[in-house]
Amino acid sequence: MAEVNLWSGLRQFTDGELLIIVKADTVGKMLDELVSIYPNLEPIIEAGVSVAVDGEIVAGADHTPIKPESEIFLLQQFKGG
Amino acid sequence: MAKDELSNNFKYIGTRPNRPDGLDKVTGRAKYGADFNAPNMLHAAVLRSPHAHARIIKIDTSKAEALAGAKAFVTRADFPTGLEGEDFYLQENTIAGDRVLYDGHAVAAVAATSALAAKDAIKLIEVEYELLPHVTDVDEAMKPDAPVVREGAQDHSVPEGLPPNIVSYMDFGHGDLKAGFSEADFVMENTYKTEAAHQGYIEPHACVGQLGQDGKGEMWICTQGQWFIRKMCASVLGLEASQLRVTPSEIGGGFGGKTTIFSEALSLALSRKSGGRPVKLVMTRSEVLRATGPTASASMDVKIGMKKNGKMTAASAVFRMQGGAFPGMAPTGMALECAFANYQLPAVHHTGYDVLSNRPKSAAYRAPGSPMAAFAVESLVDEMCRKLNLNPIEVRLLNGSREGTKSSFGPTFRKIGLIETLEAAKSHPNLEVELGPNQGRGIASGYWMNHGGETSISMALGEDGTVTLSIGTPDIGGSRASMALMVSETLGIPYEDVRVNVVETGSLGVNEPTHGSRATFATGKAAVEACNGAIKEMCRRAADKWGIDPEAIDWFDGAAHPSGPNAGDFPPMTIKEIGRRMGRTGGPISSHHATTYGGAGESFGTHVVDVEVDPQTGKTTILRYLVVQDAGRAIHPSYVEGQFQGGAAQGIGWALNEEYIYGEDGRLQNAGFLDYRVPVASDLPMIDTIIVEVPSDNHPFGVRGVGETGIAPPLPAIANAVADATGQRLRHLPISPPKILKAIKENS
Amino acid sequence: MSNMHVTAKVNGDEVEFLCDPRETLLDVLRDRLNLTGTKEGCGTGDCGACTVTIDDRLVCSCLMLGVEASGKSVGTIEGMAEGDTLHPLQKKFVEHAALQCGICTPGILVAAKNLLEKNPDPNEEEIRYWLAGNLCRCTGYDKIIRAVQDAAKEMREAS
Repeated sequence: MAEVNLWSGLRQFTDGELLIIVKADTVGKMLDELVSIYPNLEPIIEAGVSVAVDGEIVAGADHTPIKPESEIFLLQQFKGG
Repeated sequence: MAKDELSNNFKYIGTRPNRPDGLDKVTGRAKYGADFNAPNMLHAAVLRSPHAHARIIKIDTSKAEALAGAKAFVTRADFPTGLEGEDFYLQENTIAGDRVLYDGHAVAAVAATSALAAKDAIKLIEVEYELLPHVTDVDEAMKPDAPVVREGAQDHSVPEGLPPNIVSYMDFGHGDLKAGFSEADFVMENTYKTEAAHQGYIEPHACVGQLGQDGKGEMWICTQGQWFIRKMCASVLGLEASQLRVTPSEIGGGFGGKTTIFSEALSLALSRKSGGRPVKLVMTRSEVLRATGPTASASMDVKIGMKKNGKMTAASAVFRMQGGAFPGMAPTGMALECAFANYQLPAVHHTGYDVLSNRPKSAAYRAPGSPMAAFAVESLVDEMCRKLNLNPIEVRLLNGSREGTKSSFGPTFRKIGLIETLEAAKSHPNLEVELGPNQGRGIASGYWMNHGGETSISMALGEDGTVTLSIGTPDIGGSRASMALMVSETLGIPYEDVRVNVVETGSLGVNEPTHGSRATFATGKAAVEACNGAIKEMCRRAADKWGIDPEAIDWFDGAAHPSGPNAGDFPPMTIKEIGRRMGRTGGPISSHHATTYGGAGESFGTHVVDVEVDPQTGKTTILRYLVVQDAGRAIHPSYVEGQFQGGAAQGIGWALNEEYIYGEDGRLQNAGFLDYRVPVASDLPMIDTIIVEVPSDNHPFGVRGVGETGIAPPLPAIANAVADATGQRLRHLPISPPKILKAIKENS
Repeated sequence: MSNMHVTAKVNGDEVEFLCDPRETLLDVLRDRLNLTGTKEGCGTGDCGACTVTIDDRLVCSCLMLGVEASGKSVGTIEGMAEGDTLHPLQKKFVEHAALQCGICTPGILVAAKNLLEKNPDPNEEEIRYWLAGNLCRCTGYDKIIRAVQDAAKEMREAS
């Protein structure tokens, strides 16, 4: 069961929760699981978020595996230049 | 790849060979966006709004249509309807619908038999406007009574009751802020502002587009990302992606500004309307400045709490940024993520606003958001160091992020190189130089997270044993050389035996652009993986010939070798021999690799600058400039140094001179290189560089992207140096001579 | 407006072309003579990407009309190398990595060649001020200046 940290601005969509426990084993499944627990997160996640898994930022690589002890953060989406 | 598998013994990596496209570029042979012509080609010109905000009442092209040579016209009516979200905004920026939203917004376009005829035709198009109130300043745009740029564009994040120009809101942080500030011996807060800047690439946007009645299209274009262009043009015009083939030319600079479309879809629309004739569209410099994608302007409040010895206890930031008349373009989120990345903070909070204004649609500019954030935070840190009489490098070393630090934006840092850059800067001889009257020294550190992304690559063996590598990332700054070096190193063949081609969208799977400092990292990593695939196949061919197990074969120095005496006594089979016989031994040898990469290693940098400020004129002369930055591993050190120096030069320009100046009428006052003043050769000294290498575990050679970080530290470093030289702290960039003079006079 | 007929010399060759009197020399070089090495960066004489020589004098070709080239001798980047032999400046630019995107390179090479013809031993300041009319957005000028210094040295030693 991995822990996902959400940013404080998302509180309004998660009944105040910012640390969500998920069962998923990939980033993509984790995002799906978040939406199934809190459907109001869907537009945010559809618009695009970056995910940091154990300190490594992943944008769009939904196949990235996550382990039960992984540190996971949802971040504002990256756009480079 | 695990740390202990990285070696430092390279034959090709770290050398400085001539870049493969060097000859083409010093002889004028290289073909850039505007250097391509097609048979039966027409030339486009675009009519643009002279108003910051207005309703379009009527467009009358009748007089223009009568002009000999004018062959096709387009307005918004020629584009499909029903687009939503980002696709809609791209289309709306391509050509205005019922309203123009900024000075320079496209209203109509014409294709004619010559460039002059097209310009003449544009002058004959009559447009009736109804002027609307406009707003261009970010803080003004947030006021409840500000002119509304766009109704109903607020996203889910915006709290109830905020005015409609505030379209996005973010807040994140951790720790007990109140406790953190009360623990501090000294708390300081200030507001810092930066103005919009343009990437300033010397090559204006240029393309030749062709679109037939069968929905098949071609485009030649200077771009950082041909697949992005394909996707965006297809969306805006209602085309199927695979039917549009986009070929990247050589590119004369991008820095983020050429990762998207502005007028390109107009060339395709005009082509379609002219019966499928190719249409060349080249922007003028004025159009580039008015109607492509400058960066955001920012208004930032920062607060830091520090103990007497410099240890930080808490920090907070509120950033307001405008990204033009289109939601989602201000880099507020990334700016906040970068803001305190340099520091270990038990308590930190960030709040951000994305604000609309009547300005062009912002695009990425080299580490979007990071330079503004660095200006605010690193200036405040410097102000506090001066107040507490602390050494700015020591304070950064004391608080600096390192492996295992919980970052200001949440995740725990893995291996990073900030401390190493500070140590290297600290011991550089530039810091020993004694400063004279009116001279000052400034130091600042900066950060960019870097990016991986969608990558697709292919390599192929020639019959003569030489190798072709097809990549999807355009070569902006010498990356072909780096790819060739990585392939050489992996295969063990000479650098000259590798030819790197940047290919069009029909030849590979999707690739993200050359942006986010990702080319050497992601394309390079995929190239190595593709080579490894080819090596496996080549070893299999040798194994087949020798009648041994492929596992008993090692590949090095460009040949297959039996692993040991037990494997068999065969002379090495070279890549040349394998290539020569490959048709008969199983077929052509090529290898493809495609994936979406994450985990790009972040790059930290520390800059030190010495300036002299003339108290009579307010002019700032840069005496000495040092860039220290972590590259992970420098594949071709000359091009890594080049990124450091180029980023520094752009940052210096942004700090001292560059800004978008809007008049009361909302029109851009300085839409040319005379008054949008970028650094010239006589403005700068030699730029010293130190490449620090703290290899990243996620790349076979330890590469970290380097292209972007370098533009962040100069903004605060220069402000800090000017403060050191004059005693005047300026908190609003650019700190141009009139502003410095005013500050000196007011406070003398 | 009808086209005018112009004869001139470009890189030592006699040329003739038709052009609209409103076309700049830059337009003529690129669109009529197919010499696309000279670039348009701004059209207002501020960036130097269009630098050519007219009778050995440096000129922004975007500020000159095509018809004004009548009877003149124009020098562009295409005339800098002699067959396979690169000018020392061209060689040094590649060796020193004095280009990243390369769009400013033709203009800078033409300008630097003209400098070294007039002043074979310029100091750093002289090089910087001579090239101040040629914008480069990629390199920060450091490696460009070094390449010019190195080429000047090689040319002095060869003569």
